Amino acid sequence: MATVERDPLTGTETTGHEWDGIKELNSPIPRWWVFTLWVCIVWGIGYVIVYPAWPSLSDYTRGFFGYSSRAELASELAQVKASRAGWLKRFEEASVVDVAKDNELLNYAMAGGRVIFADNCAPCHGSGGAGAKGYPVLADDDWLWGGTLEQVHETIRVGVRGTHDDTRDSSMPKFGVDEALDKAQIAAVADYVLALAGGSAGDAAAKEIYVEQCEGCHGEDGKGLHESGGPNLTDGIWLYGEGRDAVMAQINNPKHGVMPTWEGRLDGVSIKQVAIYVHSLGGGQ
Amino acid sequence: MKHAVFETNVVILTVAILITVSIGGLVQLVPLYTMESTIEKVDGMRPYSPLELAGRNIYVREGCYLCHSQMIRPFRDEAERYGHYSLAAESMYDHPFQWGSKRTGPDLARVGGKYSNDLHAAHLIDPRSVVPESIMPGYPFLAENDLEFDDIAEHLKTLRVVGTPYSDDQVANAAADLKAQASGDEDEAEAVLTRYPKAAVGNFDGDLARITELDALIAYMQMLGRLVDFTTYQPEKDYR
Repeated sequence: MATVERDPLTGTETTGHEWDGIKELNSPIPRWWVFTLWVCIVWGIGYVIVYPAWPSLSDYTRGFFGYSSRAELASELAQVKASRAGWLKRFEEASVVDVAKDNELLNYAMAGGRVIFADNCAPCHGSGGAGAKGYPVLADDDWLWGGTLEQVHETIRVGVRGTHDDTRDSSMPKFGVDEALDKAQIAAVADYVLALAGGSAGDAAAKEIYVEQCEGCHGEDGKGLHESGGPNLTDGIWLYGEGRDAVMAQINNPKHGVMPTWEGRLDGVSIKQVAIYVHSLGGGQ
Repeated sequence: MKHAVFETNVVILTVAILITVSIGGLVQLVPLYTMESTIEKVDGMRPYSPLELAGRNIYVREGCYLCHSQMIRPFRDEAERYGHYSLAAESMYDHPFQWGSKRTGPDLARVGGKYSNDLHAAHLIDPRSVVPESIMPGYPFLAENDLEFDDIAEHLKTLRVVGTPYSDDQVANAAADLKAQASGDEDEAEAVLTRYPKAAVGNFDGDLARITELDALIAYMQMLGRLVDFTTYQPEKDYR
């Protein structure tokens, strides 16, 4: 190194580099910058001591605090559970009907049920239970599997054609595809069903087919049977579309909706809450 | 030591850089070779069935990961909405993993079994037909495209190269298993369920005559998050 040259004006060292008589100053790094650097280093050392940091050959340093994000979540959830314990106990001990009778629990259930519904149910049944083609409206008084609070609760718990052993299950035969009825018979019975829906008696010959093939699930008067999940045919609500063509298509090769089993995915208290919410949407019996 | 020593001597500078970078690299890399495993020991995790794998390939092709994560983080709000946090074990057969880093749509790590096949089909073809407020693009062509799976056994073999434990039996039956899983017939798919427990058997897109890309994608989604048996999993052992 050559002897250090100082800039006569500022007294600062130069780097010795010169361009056209202009020399580069070798100014020291600003004090605040150096200070920040050292603070970061000290903070880093502290962090490494208190939090998990260094891997070893078979493990890692746990840190002075023994921090674990998973353990923290577990304790946070345990705290939440403890803070809700009073409520949860009351929900667990009471049947869903008794919960709905208790005003305090009812308010709690409505608030919780609304949130549970929005995430889990609304994709099919629509916000507020408005329904869609193939997905039943929950805000009217037409219920495939019954509209009492207990029945709604059970349907949510086990699902429809779901994975639960006791799942709600019904299956309308493929009258056309399996050749149980020919095309003319399907048309006749569709007309009969539409007549029932319109409040008239319908054709006597078609009634014979209806009594033989349909009555078992849809009932003598076409008002449906909740035990077998047979829909009401007289209320003007058509899950898979209205009109003669849609009814004939459904008799020919029926569509069957699937609702997942919610037991196991939602806990018992949540199922009670969402059942109460659904029941309140407008059509609960 | 004066800084000028490093700044004015390129050999010393190079050696010093090498030492610094090596320390950083070794600390990160060496434990990965010496640790037995960083993956939790769980029951139920298995390689993807051929149909699920084909669906996964479509998931990757369409870039689903750009808007949907598959990573439930250990936070209370996520645990209450999506369920148990994701385990490393749950993506052990992902090449590459689909954790994602952006949630324009919801997390899909545990979407399996949450909705019906019909809903998935209708939603993928036209999201707003079932969820009016959705901003997801429609994928109607998935229902139109026949799934190409004549090379599905090769896919399984390729994954074997990177460590996915597909058996010879699974490779030999890959195409047959794929068809059986999409048949919607539980009896026909019995062998699939033996080789790939908990696989969703179904007529996913509502069209039995064809096996479409939609079939595969829905089969994949109906499996997501359902493989690990959480009744036997002890989280305390894997706190980290």
